Amino acid sequence: MEIIVASSIGVLTAGGVYLLLRLRTFPVILGLALLSYAVNVFLFASGRLATNLPPVLSPYGDASYTDPLPQALVLTAIVISFGMTAVLVMIGLGAFLEADSDQIDMEPEENGADAANEGSA
Amino acid sequence: MHWIILPVVLPALLAPVIGFVMRHDITLARIASVAGTVLLLAIALGLAYMAADGTTHVYRLGNWPAPFGIVLVLDRLSALMVLLTSALALIVLIHAISTGWDARGRHFHALFQFQLMGICGAFLTGDIFNLFVFFEVLLIASYGLMIHSGGKDRMRAGLQYVVMNLAGSTLFLFALGTLYASTGTLNIADLALRVPEIPAEEAALVRVATILLMIVFAVKAALFPVQFWLPASYSNAPAPVAALFAIMTKVGAYAILRVHTTVFGPGSPGTEDLAGTWLFPAAIVTIAIGAFGVLGARRLMPLIAFSVVGSMGTLLVAVAVFSTTATTAALYYMVHSTFAAACLFLIADLVVTRRSGDALQPELPTRQNGLFAALFFAAAIAMAGMPPLSGFLGKLLVLDAIREPGLIGWAWSAILIGSLLTIIGFARAGSVLFWKSTAITVPDAEDGETEDSAASIQSPLATVGQVAPVMLALAVLGGLAIFAGPVSAYLDNTSAQLFDRAGYVEAVLSPVEER
Repeated sequence: MEIIVASSIGVLTAGGVYLLLRLRTFPVILGLALLSYAVNVFLFASGRLATNLPPVLSPYGDASYTDPLPQALVLTAIVISFGMTAVLVMIGLGAFLEADSDQIDMEPEENGADAANEGSA
Repeated sequence: MHWIILPVVLPALLAPVIGFVMRHDITLARIASVAGTVLLLAIALGLAYMAADGTTHVYRLGNWPAPFGIVLVLDRLSALMVLLTSALALIVLIHAISTGWDARGRHFHALFQFQLMGICGAFLTGDIFNLFVFFEVLLIASYGLMIHSGGKDRMRAGLQYVVMNLAGSTLFLFALGTLYASTGTLNIADLALRVPEIPAEEAALVRVATILLMIVFAVKAALFPVQFWLPASYSNAPAPVAALFAIMTKVGAYAILRVHTTVFGPGSPGTEDLAGTWLFPAAIVTIAIGAFGVLGARRLMPLIAFSVVGSMGTLLVAVAVFSTTATTAALYYMVHSTFAAACLFLIADLVVTRRSGDALQPELPTRQNGLFAALFFAAAIAMAGMPPLSGFLGKLLVLDAIREPGLIGWAWSAILIGSLLTIIGFARAGSVLFWKSTAITVPDAEDGETEDSAASIQSPLATVGQVAPVMLALAVLGGLAIFAGPVSAYLDNTSAQLFDRAGYVEAVLSPVEER
């Protein structure tokens, strides 16, 4: 099971980083979503992998349980990344409607601004 | 002892009230926001007084004992940072209201209060996961403030800023997962207890977590190689927001100080030499980038943004030494550079709104050209580190604190040459903006009554409320220089307390007293 979890985290992260480097709004949003999935699974694994164990101590002397803290952390991380993705979609949409371009980097912008300045000077 | 949580609770309660109840009435929102910020300043003063005796106050939420429950910790350092935040916030808020920036978009005051909540929380928390949560709170508010009043460039810069910080947040979570997997705790005091117990040869995972956390904080602190987002974001943000963001880079520096001193600092065999080794060269390069950026900038706002990058480099050079004297110097410089950067952004806003843009080219002088020139001059010498303002003393303290043979050459030459380049950059910008503009009035008047000269005569006079925040920030800088003795004595105690790891651990992990 370790190899499946580890490789899925790896594949998700690699895909996320690749999409992030595309520097266009839609791939970047997808890339950040993939990265947040990867980090959620990673946080789960940080409490050691266990199957079919309850996240609470059993009062009947059965000492086997899984660490509940990473589950709480993952829950927080999911909520935050969900909200952040929504904000990102809205700002990305706003930027696209304002600038008519879905480029994330500002390079062409700067050139345009300079050209305009030189034109007016 | 519920005072400790008030800097978080007060803005958190005020923000929704402003956002929902007062959204149609800007006057009411302004009154509530100013009242809240003044109250926050009063609370911060009280907390600073409380922390001044040197005890580490711990606030346990729900009275759960420390490694299991969430704690807020108030020591001299966090009290100082909260005080710095609230003083800066008040100055920025007066500027935003008197220039009307807050009315150019929706929900400025609600977002402003949420931003203060996140910043104060990040300074007060004693739990590294809560540090992440407060980072997210302050970031999501800053996303809204960053694109306040909209516009093409601002939206695109805002998008870039959001993407950069979301990637940073993901990295933060990876670091926290690694740290939890190798130590089993996320409480800073508990970590400070467990990390030193890990022998050097088994510390591989913790070392990875150390560096990952440092990269995350470096993104916030605009440290090379992750400084590239700052000039675009700060120069396109609304000016009062950029001035408030002067404290955001310091959140990163604070987090490095807190986490990499208390948890991974001296005394942890696996990680103690790691942070300084990587931080120092990165900070040197950051100074160089800031200085060249100031020299090469063709617009005023990027010029100031690059000077912020340079000042963060100077600050982190001092932090990277991880000694008490260097930390004292770093803290003094941190207080100074926060107000200096904010002051520059505010005065630049007054100038830029009276010109056609922030391009560094001669234009007809605005009314009160002399006043603006004098204020810009004062702020610029503060930022560049010239006497008599506190920048000089701050840089002197930093230079004086770095005496290690391997570091002294790099640090001294980087800071001194960087300061020289910054002075040249600011001198050039100031002379183009304020002096050359007076020279071109005469030939332009020959061309007849152009629109420009009419516009320059009609450019509005700065009101007292618009100049007061700049004056206030300059007064703080002057005060820092005049009272440098008492201030650095207080900061000496602060850094001594920061390096007193055992005292911190004992205060936080001590059993809960029955009430």
